[in-house]
Amino acid sequence: MMNPSLLRQRGYSLRRILGTLTIGAAVVLAGCSDDDDDNNDAQQPEPEVMASYQVSIKNLTAGQPLSPIAVVLHESSWKSFATGEAASSELEQLAEGGDNTAYLDAAMASAAVFNSASGSGVLTPGSMEDINLDVSADSVGTLYLTLVSMLVNTNDALAALNAVDVKDMGVGEQLTFTALTYDSGTEANSESADTIPGPAAAGGAQEGYNASRDDVRDAIYVHAGVVTADDGLAGSVLLETHRWDNPAIQVVVERVQ
Amino acid sequence: MNLSRSITQSKALLLAATLIAPITHSADLTVSIENLTRGIYFTPLAVAAHPDGTSLFGLGEAASAEIQAMAEGGDISGAGAILDSIGATQANNPAGGLLTPGASTTATLNTDGTSNTLLTVIGMMLPTNDGFVALNSQMIPTEPGTYTYYAKAYDAGTEANDEVRGSGAPGEAGFPVPPPLEAEIGTGGTGLTNSAEGFIHIHRGNLGDTDSTGGMTDIDSTQHRWLNPIAKITVTVN
Repeated sequence: MMNPSLLRQRGYSLRRILGTLTIGAAVVLAGCSDDDDDNNDAQQPEPEVMASYQVSIKNLTAGQPLSPIAVVLHESSWKSFATGEAASSELEQLAEGGDNTAYLDAAMASAAVFNSASGSGVLTPGSMEDINLDVSADSVGTLYLTLVSMLVNTNDALAALNAVDVKDMGVGEQLTFTALTYDSGTEANSESADTIPGPAAAGGAQEGYNASRDDVRDAIYVHAGVVTADDGLAGSVLLETHRWDNPAIQVVVERVQ
Repeated sequence: MNLSRSITQSKALLLAATLIAPITHSADLTVSIENLTRGIYFTPLAVAAHPDGTSLFGLGEAASAEIQAMAEGGDISGAGAILDSIGATQANNPAGGLLTPGASTTATLNTDGTSNTLLTVIGMMLPTNDGFVALNSQMIPTEPGTYTYYAKAYDAGTEANDEVRGSGAPGEAGFPVPPPLEAEIGTGGTGLTNSAEGFIHIHRGNLGDTDSTGGMTDIDSTQHRWLNPIAKITVTVN
């Protein structure tokens, strides 16, 4: 029966060896046993070295609560969406109904995603939320952040940061981003109480996700804003207070560890 | 503070910079322009690299006749002539006509042997009276790589935004309606009452209405509004 702490120590040694392999095989062979001796003498069982990020999100709109924020830390090869291209089914579900479950599941299924997290609930206008994520310190040099949330008093509007560069941040360093709003291009912008899930549509059917795609084109573009009943759109349940301008969200990313 | 000493230092730095940097700018670049709007068309775009210290327009300033012709009617020949006169490298009208909502087009510029360090992309927005999309005198990076810029909507300030069908000729009211837009544009709008602003500024957006056979405007409020940015411009320096 092996001592679990020994297993961990051996694991640690193995990682160091693997790390050294990138420098050169000859060095590995020479340095191997020395490393093991050092560990046995000095090291406690060592957890994987982590980097931690605090992502602070502020809703800058007047009257658009935001669905639970989805945050993904990933390599550049992972892409949540691109303007001019059709939204994935998972993004459509988030954009039309505010449900980020399928979106985050799909992200975590990718080998190019390091970690993801969801906000705790709806983020109301003017309010702020901190979301914390850890990744392996090895991934710091290739790290991008994507953040997506629905403006819930719309048919299918998203506020998003699309793969912003957060590579090589030092501990204590902060970066500030502002998010544009996009139309997912998956649902007609009727603005009706039956098709908007947010509180502005109370009393209507308030449908969220619906698989049919009936916007002007099946592609993501920068949102043109809502027209609203106050501005003469028949059937709209929205009022002028539900309008917004870019940017809709401020995001401060800080590496805290 | 020793003034003469700081001047001497500045001269030394300037000399060092001159020795290191070549006088001519050399870059082989592609410029991709993506129309990010829901329903706004871009008329033929001027895409040009031009010298430091030059620009086609300035915010808060009156538009030149060439900018007016571009913004009211989509005619970039005048802008092209100005760019020619300052030795610009041009790749105009990459889309070969209108750049439709959601579409992308790519231009190639090679500035070898020139001093063209700034990039301008400019073209009219339809339907608007005198709205235009522009990336104005953006410094072209010298490091090879891919760079992303977002372009905003401007108002040339040369024509009243009455938002009804009319002319693309400078100084004439209304906006032109080329064939692809015919079915999208209303008729019979009485026209908004306003006047030319007189200076170039960030466009306040279309108002529009939902009456396609009357009302105040011929613009559709559900199709032809926008929020900035309206174009994504991806520059690849090879």
